[in-house]
Formats: sequence, C-alpha cells, structure tokens
Amino acid sequence: MFSWMIGGAQGTGVDSSANVYAYAAASAGYYVYGKREYYSNIKGRHSYFSVLASDRPVNSIIDDVHLLVSFDAETVFRHASEVVPGGGIIYDKDLEGERLKNIPSIEQRIVEEISKELEENGLGDTLKDLLKLAESRGVRLFPIPYMDLLRKTGEIIGQTQLSALVRMVNTMAVAASFAILKADPSHLYKGLNYSFRAKKKVVEMNIKACEVVYDYVRSNFSDDFAYSLPNRPRSDEVILISGTSMVGIAKIYAGCRFQTYYPITPAADESVYLEDKMTFRVDSTSELDYPPVAETKTLTDKGNIVVIQTEDEIAAINMAVGASLTGVRAATATSGPGFSLMAEGLGWAGMNEVPVVVTHYQRAGPSTGLPTRHEQGDLLFSAFAGHGEFPRIVIASGDILEAFYDTVKAFNYAEKYQVPVIHLLDKAIANATQTIRLSEIGDVVIERGEIANDVAPGERYKRFKFTETGISPRAPLGNRGTIFWNTGDEHDEYGHIDEDPINRTRMMEKRMGKLRIIEETVPSSEKISIYGDDSPDVWLISWGSTKGPIIDALNLLGVGYKIGFLQVRMLYPFPGQVVAEKLRNAERIVDVEQNYSGQMGRLLTMTTGIKPTNYILKYNGRPFSSTEIKDALVEVLQKDTKRVVMNRGA
Amino acid sequence: MVVAQKLTMAHYRSTAYIDWCPGCGDFGILSAVQMALAELQLEPHRVAIFSGIGCSGKLPHFVNTYGIHTLHGRPLPFAIGAKLANPELTVIAVSGDGDGLGIGAGHFVNSGRRNVDITYIVHNNGVYGLTKGQASPTLRRGLRTKALPKPNINDPVNPIALAIVAGYTFVARGYAFDTKHLKDLIKKGIEHRGSAFIEVLQPCPTYNDIHTKEWYAGEDLIDPATGKPRPRIYRLEETGYDGEVKTDSVEEEIQKMNIAIAKSYEFGDRIPIGIFYRNPFIPTYEERIALNSPTYQTNPPAKQPIRNKSMKPSAIIDELIEEFTVK
Repeated sequence: MFSWMIGGAQGTGVDSSANVYAYAAASAGYYVYGKREYYSNIKGRHSYFSVLASDRPVNSIIDDVHLLVSFDAETVFRHASEVVPGGGIIYDKDLEGERLKNIPSIEQRIVEEISKELEENGLGDTLKDLLKLAESRGVRLFPIPYMDLLRKTGEIIGQTQLSALVRMVNTMAVAASFAILKADPSHLYKGLNYSFRAKKKVVEMNIKACEVVYDYVRSNFSDDFAYSLPNRPRSDEVILISGTSMVGIAKIYAGCRFQTYYPITPAADESVYLEDKMTFRVDSTSELDYPPVAETKTLTDKGNIVVIQTEDEIAAINMAVGASLTGVRAATATSGPGFSLMAEGLGWAGMNEVPVVVTHYQRAGPSTGLPTRHEQGDLLFSAFAGHGEFPRIVIASGDILEAFYDTVKAFNYAEKYQVPVIHLLDKAIANATQTIRLSEIGDVVIERGEIANDVAPGERYKRFKFTETGISPRAPLGNRGTIFWNTGDEHDEYGHIDEDPINRTRMMEKRMGKLRIIEETVPSSEKISIYGDDSPDVWLISWGSTKGPIIDALNLLGVGYKIGFLQVRMLYPFPGQVVAEKLRNAERIVDVEQNYSGQMGRLLTMTTGIKPTNYILKYNGRPFSSTEIKDALVEVLQKDTKRVVMNRGA
Repeated sequence: MVVAQKLTMAHYRSTAYIDWCPGCGDFGILSAVQMALAELQLEPHRVAIFSGIGCSGKLPHFVNTYGIHTLHGRPLPFAIGAKLANPELTVIAVSGDGDGLGIGAGHFVNSGRRNVDITYIVHNNGVYGLTKGQASPTLRRGLRTKALPKPNINDPVNPIALAIVAGYTFVARGYAFDTKHLKDLIKKGIEHRGSAFIEVLQPCPTYNDIHTKEWYAGEDLIDPATGKPRPRIYRLEETGYDGEVKTDSVEEEIQKMNIAIAKSYEFGDRIPIGIFYRNPFIPTYEERIALNSPTYQTNPPAKQPIRNKSMKPSAIIDELIEEFTVK
C-alpha cells in the first residue's frame, strides 16, 4: 500500500494533478482510492487529495502519508507531520524562507500547534525549520526548483513567457513524485491525456515538463527512496471514476429521463455530468411501457435526459414529481440543506403515491455546517422528514460500485411500491475517485411495478383503488381512459378530496401498509450485507460510506479477532427482522457512524429493542480512514470503551 | 374511421361536489376554463390542470381532465415538470393570489424566465379566503377587509407588471363575472406558444367586502348624466390599446412592456381587462432544451422506452463507461 498526497491552493490544479497521478498509478497496474478535501472557497484556500495505491482493491485511505507532494508552503506546514519516517516530502526549493506567520489562511489553532512544536524543538518558523524537523524524524526531503525547471522547459518548447508555463507546476510536482518512485513515465503521459482530454498541445507541453523533471530528479537525488511504484501486471480492466459520475451513468442506465437540481455541494457534480451527457445511445428495439401515451411513435437510437436547474430545491422536487406523473422516471439530486426544503414535496409524493428518487449526498450539518465536508448526519431526517405519516424508502450505498446498483434499485423500488425513495450517499462517496473492475459493472433489470393499461369498458379508473397490497395500478397523465385526480388532501379512490373518517382510516392503512409489503418483498440480500465472520464475538454495524474503511480496517486487524460487519443497506423501513436475527445473541455490538448520536443505532433500538453496546463515532467533517477505525476498534476490544470519538484528518 | 364526437362543456364536468361559497367568483373562472377547453375541442385526457392550495386549488377536482391539486404555492414547478416530460399535454396551472404571489412568488418569477408552453391562471380576490380572510399580497395598503383586525400595512404586488418583467410572453387580466371574455382570454392563452399568465379579478363574497361584484360594477359611481352606475371594469381591446409585439425587435419589446406596465397601474375608478402584453418571438423552453438536446422534441422523456422486452435497460452506457477506462 502506498499513500500519496498532493496539496495546494484551490484553483491551482491540485485536483487535476491528483487525477493525473491516480490515473497513472491505475495505468501502472494498481488499484487506487482517492479522497478529496477542500474548503468552501473558489480560489486560494488549501485543498488536498490523498491517493492510496495498492495491489489489491482499496476502499479508503490510511492516516499515514508516504509521499507528500507540494508546490506551496501551506501544504507542507499543514501536512508534514503526517509523513512517516522513511517517507518523503516534495517541495518548492524557492519557498524555504516562507514563514508560518505569513500564511493567513491557516486556522489559528493549527498555527499555534505547529508553532509550539517548532519552538519546543528550538526551531524558527520558516518552512526550512519545519522541514528540518521532518528530516529529524527520518523524512526524506526532495527540494525541486520549480521555476528553474519551468524556465528550462520554456527554452525547450520555445516559450520564454513564464506566466504561460506556470500552470504546469502541479504537473511537475506529480512528475517529480513519479520519478522519485522510479515509476514508468509512459503512465504519467496517459494520465495527462486522460486529464486534459482533447487539448493535445497542452498535453505535449506537459510531457516536456515531465521529461525535464525526470532528468532533474535522476541527477540530483539518489534512487534509494523506500517507496516505489513499479509496473504491475493486472489482468482485469478497470475504470477510474468518482461517485457523482458513477451515479450519473447509473441514472441514464436506470431509465431516468428527467433530473432536476439546485446547485449545492457536493451533489451538483452529478447533475452537471448529466447535462454534459444529455444525449446517449439506446437500444432501438425497446418499447414504451405506456403504449397509449405517445400517439406518434418516433423511436430513434438516441435517448436523452432533460436536466433542469431550478430556482430552489422546493421547485426541484416538485418538478421531478410533476415529470414522474407522466410516467417518466424522474429524480432530483441534493444535499442536506436542499433536502430540508424538499420535505413538503416528499410528503406530497408519499400522499399521492408518486414514484420519485431523491439522491441525497450528505454533508456536514446542521444549517450550512461544513459545506464541503463529510458527515452521515441526515439518516434520521431522511427516515422521518415531512409532517404526518407516509411511506418512503431510504437506502444507503457503501461505495461507488454499490451506488451504481442502488441507483437502479432506487427507481425500481419507487415504481414498484409507488413511494418516494431517498438514496443516501455522502461527500466521501461523491468526491472519491476509485478504480472499479469493469467486470463488476454488470446486469440490472428495470422493474416498473403495476401499470394500468386497460380499464374495463364502462368502468371508471380509480388511481387509488384499494387493493390487497395497497398498491394501485398506475397510469400516466395523457393516457386515454384513466383520468384521475391527485391531491395533498386525504382523498377517495379517484383522488378527490374526502374527509370521511372511515375512508381516512382505510387510506392511511393502504399507504402505510406498503411499508410492510416492502419489508416482506425486498430480499434480505438487498437489505443487509455481511462481511467477515458470520457468527462473530463482536458485531460491527454501520451504513453508507463507512463500509470501505471498515472492511479495510478488518483486513489491517488481521487474525485473532472474530469480528463480523453488518452493513445495513435499506435503512427505512428498517429491516428489523433480518438485523435482529443476526444480532439477537450478540454480546458486543459496535455501532460505527459518522455522526454525533449514532443515528442508525437509534433506528435499530426503535425497531428491534436491541441496543449497541459501544459506539465509534466521528463528526469532524473528515471521513474515517481505515487505520483510524482499526485503532478505535482496538480500543473498544481491549478497554470496552463505550463511546470512542475519532478526530483524524486535516 | 372513428368520427370524433363533438366535445361539449358537459364533457369537462367532473362528478365532484363543488363546495365554493354561493356567489363566489371561482364559479365564473371554472365555467370559463370548461368553455375554453370545449371550444378548443381538447380531449380531456390530453389536458392536465395543476393547482395550489386555497379555494382556487380545488378547481381541478371540478374539471373532467387530469387534475393535480398540489402544494401551497407550488403548482408551477409540478406543471412545468409534467409539460417538459410530455410536451403533448395541454397544461394549465391555477393559483390564488396568496398561492401564486405570496408563498409561490419565487416560482412565479422564475417560471417567467423559462417560457414553458403552459397557461397560468391566478385568481385574485385580495384575501386568503380558506383561512378566513387574511390580507393577500394583492390587497392595497390601508384597506381593511372585513376579517382584518387592523388595516393592511403592506403594499400590494402588481401581478401584471411582475409577470411582464419576469418574462411571461402573454399577460392578460380577466374578470370572473365576465365569463365569455375570460373564456376567450384562456383560449388565447392556451393557444399562445409560451407561458401565458392570466390574472382574474375574482370577488370573494364572504371575506372581501371592498372589491365586491357591486364595486366592480361601479354601483357606488353613479354617472350624474345618466343616473346609472359607471362600471369600473372596461375592456382594453375596446379602447384601441395594443400591447402586442409585432416584430422581432428588442426596441418594440421594451416599448410594449412599458406601455403594459403603465397600464397595469390603472386600478381605481377604471380597471382594464384584456391582453396587456403579448410577445410571440421569445423561444419556448421546449425549443431551448432542443437546442442542447436535438432529439428532445421528437423523443421527449414520456415517449422514450427505457427497457426492452427482457426488462434490460434501453440505454447503452458503454461509451459513457469507456471515458473512464484506464488504458
């Protein structure tokens, strides 16, 4: 496992250079997992990207950094302490004189902490002092004279204007790391091609810069750095993708043809991806599920998705619901603050049994919270948002690949049970970049539930017909013979307002009874997943993106413990029965969540009466690392600490 | 060949009991909607009427078309979603003044920016009737309708002016008790390509004791010459007023907007009804989507199959995945 980190001011290409590196590492044969951290800021604040490369699939990052790559002073000040002895720091030689007190964007507490450490070691507050401290811990230093190397590159490509070249500093930083790691530069060039796509000239310029850096590294540093990234044969093909792009692709695959959104971090990337891919290829032999709707049949081999940026999230959900009424699979994507505004629309969809999917990328709340940071704080809100009582489904994906399949499932559930479905994701999944084996992206089926195509002659269509399951066959607006009414008021079977107490009771039971049907008909394999030991001494229970670091932590922990990990994938209705079957006789249940109150633990207790015995929680806005969970787990196992609150991550 | 049966008003009447107060202006609006649909011979299943909350919100229940009674202030987002997903539908949205200009004002303004091909009717009675007569966003400052403990201290929104500056391309006002005139406005609104906004002055016989039917009829304004009431309501088209943009020019657009906005402030002893502004040159939202998505108009969302016979997705995502493949 090799842990690489690059940092820099937002807007200086940190992201793209991390993508170049991640792609190059993947191209060299490694599995990678990348984590992106950034401020709610456009330009200037510190952002960084950690990439873990491994010869087996990885699902999280670790705390240690093996090679820190920088081209500004702030990155080194902030992250030098994370670099392990034997690891290295790449930095700009020209910045050695930079002083900590002159960097205004570092929070006071962090400045004080660094200053204290420097003082205690009898050092001043320049970057050079800090690097000395790192060196004394056994960290290798790799000073790179970026400006000199830029000038040299300029001479080669015939560009003397330094300002035209300065954008390449981040590429040079990546190239330096690749050279230090003795990695094959051809992968780097592929990474540049991937990152800059069609801009051929930019790629060529950057390749020249890489060559200059490679020469410099070879002639100035000995080649005995402890870490290397040699080519590694890999038999399976992989893709390198972020959570938001993966969900975007999955929505197209799932048949979603109408998406609404109001710009919000970290959800907006998904909608922007869909706007970019508005038109796509379709199998032209397919047929409409609602034949009467379209009287002119104009099939082509091109499909399209309508993506609407609305005035607010209230409009976003209601517009999606309006589209869904025409029989179209419709969705909206948002984060916590937007979801707060969607509560009334969600209730209307529940009341009128309209399928709609809300893709909810959680971020740290409450209120604006930490807008670009991670949290799993919206579980209980998702399960209970809205006044009154109505059925809904809440599912949560553990990683990018699960998010792909869950996206399709979300639409299937929504249409089968005619309920709103909230698909919980989070910042960690949204902004993660991960290699996924192509072979794992496979088959799905599209289930549309009961459709009312035929109404017997002389019979009036009842949109809310009482049935055994509570599910009434659905018809789209525009369909001949199935005119219906919808209302947020209590209604009769036709959809007209009805305040009769007997009808009210029956309608409540019709709608709420669907929760039982959902529990009974969704297979257990879609409700929970089990990893590790199936009859363990200790159960870890969790949901969402903690899956990756938990699984990696269990691998790190190795033998000696009998630990099982129960990942709950359907959170509402909470699958009490299947979960209780597993946990009933457990002596120790450790609830691992990224929130303050152990929200899923509460759902568990509410549904089954079972209480977690210990909690591992984190709510500092940074996702768990595998090493962090491992350490927390050791504390729980050895000391039986009831509540372990972790606080790692810069 | 099936000979289409001629559709009459009766085809647009639902069986739901109409529970508006006797004498309510809403009856006139309901009739005008039904008459307009019948005259346009629009098949009921091809029409969807969306409403918000309040007395106006109940209107779709009384019409035999698809009727979607949504949330307070939200009929426009629902209506726009349905129209854009299936542009073959004739979509009408209905609000009250509180619904459309109070709680739904954000949607009102932003919908104007889009010019989706829908018709938006706002019942304007100056009060929140269903909650017992509080002041609505259109009630004038200083007025005290009968349920108000104190006179209203808010200035009113001018719905016509707001619609024009928001970008609605057909802006008109009707009067609930001039049903035929209102029916014609609704017909023209439906036929207009783009967002048509129709404000309807609607007496609330229960809570608005100022803007009554008698007040609109000018029963307090006796013409000394004839000794007869001088009606406040008059028709713009009978005065030579012309708010129609006739050439695709920004100058004319601005000029007509200015005339219309100025006209919209006439509200007192004389109250104009009719078409204030119409601009047929602004592209609809559907056309704008098609600029980015060339197959949208032939294959809008509602006309796209999404799975084949073996329930597999229609979409082929190989090329989308390919972009991310590591080489």
